[in-house]
Amino acid sequence: MTARLEEFSDMEFDVLKEISNIGAGNATTAISTMLGIKVDMKVPVIKFLEFKELAESIGGAENIVTGILFGLEMDIDGMMMFVMDCKSAQKMVASILHVEEAEGAEFSEMGLSVLQELGNIIAGSYLSAISSLTHLSIAPTVPYLSVDMAGAILSVPAIQFGTVSDRALLIRSEFGEEGTNVDGYFILVPTLEAFEKIFTSLGLSN
Amino acid sequence: MGNMVKVGMADMNICKAPDAITTLGLGSCIGVVLYDARTKICGMVHVMLPDSTAIKMNDNPAKFADTGIRDLLAMLAKEGVAKASLKAKMAGGAQMFAVKSDNEMLRVGQRNAEAVRKVLASYGIKLLAEDCGANYGRTIEFYPETQELYIKSIGKELKII
Repeated sequence: MTARLEEFSDMEFDVLKEISNIGAGNATTAISTMLGIKVDMKVPVIKFLEFKELAESIGGAENIVTGILFGLEMDIDGMMMFVMDCKSAQKMVASILHVEEAEGAEFSEMGLSVLQELGNIIAGSYLSAISSLTHLSIAPTVPYLSVDMAGAILSVPAIQFGTVSDRALLIRSEFGEEGTNVDGYFILVPTLEAFEKIFTSLGLSN
Repeated sequence: MGNMVKVGMADMNICKAPDAITTLGLGSCIGVVLYDARTKICGMVHVMLPDSTAIKMNDNPAKFADTGIRDLLAMLAKEGVAKASLKAKMAGGAQMFAVKSDNEMLRVGQRNAEAVRKVLASYGIKLLAEDCGANYGRTIEFYPETQELYIKSIGKELKII
């Protein structure tokens, strides 16, 4: 059992890529249905970044972003977070509510509610991808939302990663209809035991 | 005004007046500043976790309050700054998400602040000011010329301690 994330084998990384591809696919379909539009999806990009680089990937540590945090329960422990910069979040809110896109980091009650719902859908998509591949039962907790600087929001999953690694796994999904691309960043932080469970159930244990 | 020296997550650096030093977007992490008012030399470390001995994955000393402060002191000693002339200020340790849980990991902001206070006390370094807790992110800038710590948060007035 590896005590370090950095020691994951190529095969184990491929599994993570597969899960994120399927998860992103599920999420895109669900969002298309929610928005009533055709949503294109680019292949998710997966990076294994040093903490210093994490916030840089999302527009810099002071870039204002929305972060939706979920705990994981049942067979798998840990947390996951979905992050969008404010511009992307405002685009999504405007699309879903059929209103004018707002500027900046202010969201209405309805807007915040929409973001949490979006978070729920995306969380559910990724978790059902993992469940279907591994036959493990995983449930998300209710979503917790924060709108703040990227560095501050990312400190939460980064610290969780920090207990087992000096890097964090970041999955970037780009989706949107022609001309209105939205970037979403997904960070899945199972505990090391949970990673092991996932790999074991896929026949990859060492 | 000099340059603004940057410190990233799980990182540390030092500077001397007229330069200043900053770390951006502190959430549950703590930005610790150690400074000498006479030589106007200071150091900053951005720590993520309280205790390096509690965790196997502890190759990066700047990640932890105990080894982070220890190594920052060593860095300052190389510049000829004695521990006895240092004072400290700190900020961060927020709880970014309103999760109600007994889970220790979710209290990490508070635990980080407690750990930093303890480590500073063990070195006999006086903590002159702090801005910790609450539920919002902070960007901090320290100016060794004036020994002021500037704290910027979204939607809040600039705070100087």
